[in-house]
Amino acid sequence: MTRAESNLAARGYSFAELMVAAAAREIAHGELVFVGMRLPMLAFLVARRTHAPGAVGLFENGVLRETPSAELLYTMGDPPNLRGATQCGAMLDVMGLLQQGRVDVGFLGAAEVDRFGNLNTTWGYRNKEMQRLPGSGGACDIACLARRTVVLLAHERARLCDRVGHITSPGFGTGEGWRRTQGLPAASGPSAIITTLGVLRFGHDGEAYLASVHPGVSVEEVLANTGWTLRVADELMETSPPSDEELRVMRELDPNHFWTR
Amino acid sequence: MTAESKLLTMRDAIARHVPSGSMVLLGAQLEQMIPFAAGHELIRQSRRDLTLVGPISDILFDQLMGAGCVSRVMAAWVGNVSAGVGYCFRRAVERSIPRRLEVVDYSNFTMALALHAGALGVPFLPTYATLGSDLLKKNGNLREFSSPVSEEKLIAVRALRPDVAILHVQRSDAHGNAHIWGSLGVAVDGARAARKVIVVAEEIVEPSVIASDPNRTLIPGFLVAAVVHEPGGAHPSPVQGYYGRDHAFFAEYHEQTRRLEDFEDWLARWVVQTTDRGDYWKQLGTGRVEKLAVKEHAFSAPADFGY
Repeated sequence: MTRAESNLAARGYSFAELMVAAAAREIAHGELVFVGMRLPMLAFLVARRTHAPGAVGLFENGVLRETPSAELLYTMGDPPNLRGATQCGAMLDVMGLLQQGRVDVGFLGAAEVDRFGNLNTTWGYRNKEMQRLPGSGGACDIACLARRTVVLLAHERARLCDRVGHITSPGFGTGEGWRRTQGLPAASGPSAIITTLGVLRFGHDGEAYLASVHPGVSVEEVLANTGWTLRVADELMETSPPSDEELRVMRELDPNHFWTR
Repeated sequence: MTAESKLLTMRDAIARHVPSGSMVLLGAQLEQMIPFAAGHELIRQSRRDLTLVGPISDILFDQLMGAGCVSRVMAAWVGNVSAGVGYCFRRAVERSIPRRLEVVDYSNFTMALALHAGALGVPFLPTYATLGSDLLKKNGNLREFSSPVSEEKLIAVRALRPDVAILHVQRSDAHGNAHIWGSLGVAVDGARAARKVIVVAEEIVEPSVIASDPNRTLIPGFLVAAVVHEPGGAHPSPVQGYYGRDHAFFAEYHEQTRRLEDFEDWLARWVVQTTDRGDYWKQLGTGRVEKLAVKEHAFSAPADFGY
């Protein structure tokens, strides 16, 4: 257990639970959300049950949902995710909403993210060997077209790198103005990177900065685990811990901590 | 509707309609209704040089690659949805084991558009998706162009016309008129884009059952070359209203295919030495099968087509 992990354990919640709560707060009432799996799915459900009861969830298989599924999901195609859905359409139906600019926020994971929020889920580099990873799925589409993109990943120096080796899903490219040059929609792009140590946001120049550190985490620890010289906000915040209500909902949805160990 | 039945055994359907070298669409409904039984028959009949097409693929693509059936894959995501990486995919890409594999990376949206273009009979469809990504640089079927009607760049996604789409469905009549519900993914476009369709059905029903709910007929029979009655043929993936997802099977596959020799054992046990789906089902064991059964039915309200 790292120092940060033991700090969190003493506070009565896990890293994953803190990340889920932070992710949930990225969703506003009434927003259309491209949900994905794992922690973001829980975040969507927590948001709906707490501050954003009007949020609507979209899944790449064509499912549109407004209520939590009756059982914990392991994949978006699990039968409980289809029963009680608002709509089961085709993939193009949800992708069309995304391209129209109607999707407010999309959640993504990544093997690597860089200082401009570009994501790589195609090639990994472990022990100097190239490792083929599964690829984009819908991540590239979401990164190109969602109004805001929120990335969740473990904070490791090798994974928060200066430049990703392969841009599977574009962030701000090389900085300010890049997305426009590429032809990407004006209202789109990375909004936050939620890690196990803190939350990064983006300046007008497209570069990430440290906006908040999680309780018990030092700025030095974040900087030491980031692969570029990370800027720190003038008014650095501490990430708000999950509220009792957020934890209650999360634990009700995932009682055995399958996603939130 | 034609009067002729298209019912075939899985063995005959694959033998007749999917030669080596074919471009095959599998896994159109994403995590649901993956035609595992058909894929296993492709392996048993030693198909080679297949091009696999699908949005996300899950472990059926991994198995076909590991068995040496595939020379090219066109997909948005290749791996094991439960566990992440697919080891056979990695071995093929990184070390050409058991053979060299060409990967054409798509995103889900561009794959859906490629099939939609095929279904519409046009050479390409435009999108903003993949602008600025490295997918665009490496996939020759994604081309930048200037919009003729607005001042902007777009991506032309080239149409795909698979030789065969193999689609698992809940129910079909003997002519291939098929009902699908739940997870649709790219199934409807996939069936129309493909030159031939093989329908694998949980149940074969009378044409009157299909005609009673024509909105649910997502595959018209005239597109279908063969209908295979193969209950349980999508295991370990789920079929809404028929059985759940066998999550443990995906996790076990991950553990049991990490090393090449272990994958070969896995393949021998579950595919090569298994003569057909009945045999596979026996191996799975009644306990496991019962656990996946629908626990509580949830029928939709009937729609009145009366007048």
